[in-house]
Amino acid sequence: MKYIDEYRDGRLAKDIARQIAALADPGRSYHFMEFCGGHTHAISRYGLEDLLPANVRTIHGPGCPVCVLPIGRIDAAIALAMRPEITLCTYGDLMRVPGSNGSSLLKAKAAGADIRMVYSTLDALRIAEAELEREVVFFAIGFETTTPPTALALKAAIAKRLGNFSIFCNHVLTPAAIQNILESPDVRKLGTIKIDGFVGPAHVSTVIGTEPYEFFAGEFQKPVVVAGFEPLDVIQAILMLVCQVNDGRHEVENQYIRAVTALGNEKAQAEVANFFELRESFEWRGLGEVPYGALRLRPQYVAYDAEKRFSMVTPAAKDNPACECGAILRGVKRPADCKLFGTVCTPDTPMGSCMVSSEGACAAHWTYGRFREKARQVNVGRAVA
Amino acid sequence: MNMMIKAYRRKLDVANGRVDLSHGAGGRAMGQLIEGIFHKAFDNDWLRAGNDQSAFSVPGGRMVMTTDGYVVSPLFFPGGNIGTLAVHGTINDIAMAGAVPLYLSASFIIEEGFPFADLDRIAQSMGAASREAGVPIITGDTKVVERGKADGVFISTAGVGMVPDELDLRSDAAQPGDAVIISGSIGDHGVAVMSKHENLEFDTDIASDSAALHGLVADMVAAGGAHIRLMRDPTRGGIAATLNEVASQSRVGFRIDEDKIPLKPEVAAACEFLGLDPLNVANEGKLVAVVAPEGANAVLATMRAHPLGSEAALVGHVVADDNCFVQMTTSFGGGRIVDWLSGEQLPRIC
Repeated sequence: MKYIDEYRDGRLAKDIARQIAALADPGRSYHFMEFCGGHTHAISRYGLEDLLPANVRTIHGPGCPVCVLPIGRIDAAIALAMRPEITLCTYGDLMRVPGSNGSSLLKAKAAGADIRMVYSTLDALRIAEAELEREVVFFAIGFETTTPPTALALKAAIAKRLGNFSIFCNHVLTPAAIQNILESPDVRKLGTIKIDGFVGPAHVSTVIGTEPYEFFAGEFQKPVVVAGFEPLDVIQAILMLVCQVNDGRHEVENQYIRAVTALGNEKAQAEVANFFELRESFEWRGLGEVPYGALRLRPQYVAYDAEKRFSMVTPAAKDNPACECGAILRGVKRPADCKLFGTVCTPDTPMGSCMVSSEGACAAHWTYGRFREKARQVNVGRAVA
Repeated sequence: MNMMIKAYRRKLDVANGRVDLSHGAGGRAMGQLIEGIFHKAFDNDWLRAGNDQSAFSVPGGRMVMTTDGYVVSPLFFPGGNIGTLAVHGTINDIAMAGAVPLYLSASFIIEEGFPFADLDRIAQSMGAASREAGVPIITGDTKVVERGKADGVFISTAGVGMVPDELDLRSDAAQPGDAVIISGSIGDHGVAVMSKHENLEFDTDIASDSAALHGLVADMVAAGGAHIRLMRDPTRGGIAATLNEVASQSRVGFRIDEDKIPLKPEVAAACEFLGLDPLNVANEGKLVAVVAPEGANAVLATMRAHPLGSEAALVGHVVADDNCFVQMTTSFGGGRIVDWLSGEQLPRIC
């Protein structure tokens, strides 16, 4: 497969792996957080861990849009969808995310709510146009990558004077989340997570560029290498990070030059700025309230803002107390540290959001990497014996 | 004048007519449908006898029996249709026991308004598939349900066959060290069907691999029957589901090698943009054989000599593993689990 296989080439991977092994200082360890779920998925699916020396480790970050959505927002969406006049359009991933008390959009659909899975914002627009008697609400989630399509849908709805289309906006912002992690007591004071650098977002950076990362690379002295989602991209980024750490540098470097520029997609940024503004604060699952970490519709588009239009309330909702999604999203715990992992919580019956999306750290580890847990236990056993 | 009045019957308008509720009501209209479409297409002595059942003699020994339902959408896809799928699928289920398939039954649940022309096309291709395989359809049933109560047509089949006395292929028979052989490229059927699915439609030359595998199986049994532990046809859930099923039934693990699994570049590309793993995608003309190591080369050579096994490949081995993990070395060089599909919403593919 042209332009795909090249980025999954096992021979090149081995070559980079050899360079990493040669450059990694055996006297220290290297911990790199991959922010995006796309990277987490690639690392697990291609078994990248097997190619890295034991002292170079990856930490899964919070960059899975489905995973960071707090339960209260799911509950609010379910409550909205149960109203008889509402047709809720959503991406498939969200259907199985657990809300409070074992609820989910999938269960609400079975109970009679009109919830439709769509592949794009335009599908939702088409439904609104075809069924003018329905109130069609698009459940918008995602990072900077999926925000421009939502802006365009809104633009089209306004141009077509569609009065029955609105958006339940849950778009969140990447740099704010990275800063939040770096400022957290876990990193700054307690030292419970050691982060030596970041594998920076791929698709998000095609939109926002590499510049937004300059601030915290400098401020927090952590190197960032923006990398694509193919496994060779990731392992090359890790090599670049090892070099930066060894040299004592903390720069923003761009491994993903085939898609990402310093300034990003300015047209897309302008469309987003036309329709959205910053929220002072928004709850992220795992990170808590993140200041300026999310977007909402500008006040002049209030008619298209489902939260206002239907007076939606986001109920306070708590995660299952045994679920470690929060700590896993902050990188403080690994999936297998959670008591629920692989017992009552599996991709077939997810308890926490990280087990739902294929980009979630728990789902990726369960689906592709759980055999390593057995190997780890066996090794620990041997060490003790 | 003494005159016999001959009942007039309007001919079945196969080109333009549609199935209505009378065609399932047990009256003349139903008889006309069965004769005009099914008997014509499947034509054999058993059906001509017109009984509600068919009698046949069997040699002594062990029989195998299987049953299957087909609800594929769309009904017609590149490389086949719901009818050929029903014939091939049922024959393959029998063949996977190492058995010789003998007879099939076919039951049709038809939605009111379904065009005769489509039904005829399906029946004709089923007749052709069964004749080509040498496995006649000797009994059947027809029901018609109201519009909206089915999706065009659903087909349910059953099949019987005879299995050689010395052969006992079982899902719990895999042993550490055994070889895993796949008869050819994976994922063709699932991708061919999805390429025609509404909301997904994309242009591709990929055709379903739908085929009857009993000829290939007969050659394999002749070449290395004693060494074959088990065979499975990896339909829904693909190779991944098949290997996981066998692993848990045999209480073993598998180690397979991604580089050795036959996969067409166009199937790989379609899976890439649909976000699917080819290992999870359905096949309808492929088999997976677990073979004792001493027989692996002979069985593989025999498979490659058959047109339906020309791309057969030894893709891995059975290992001892209490966790029953199916593990794969990726082309990239790392290891990973090959898991069951979980929760994905896929179209109906068989």
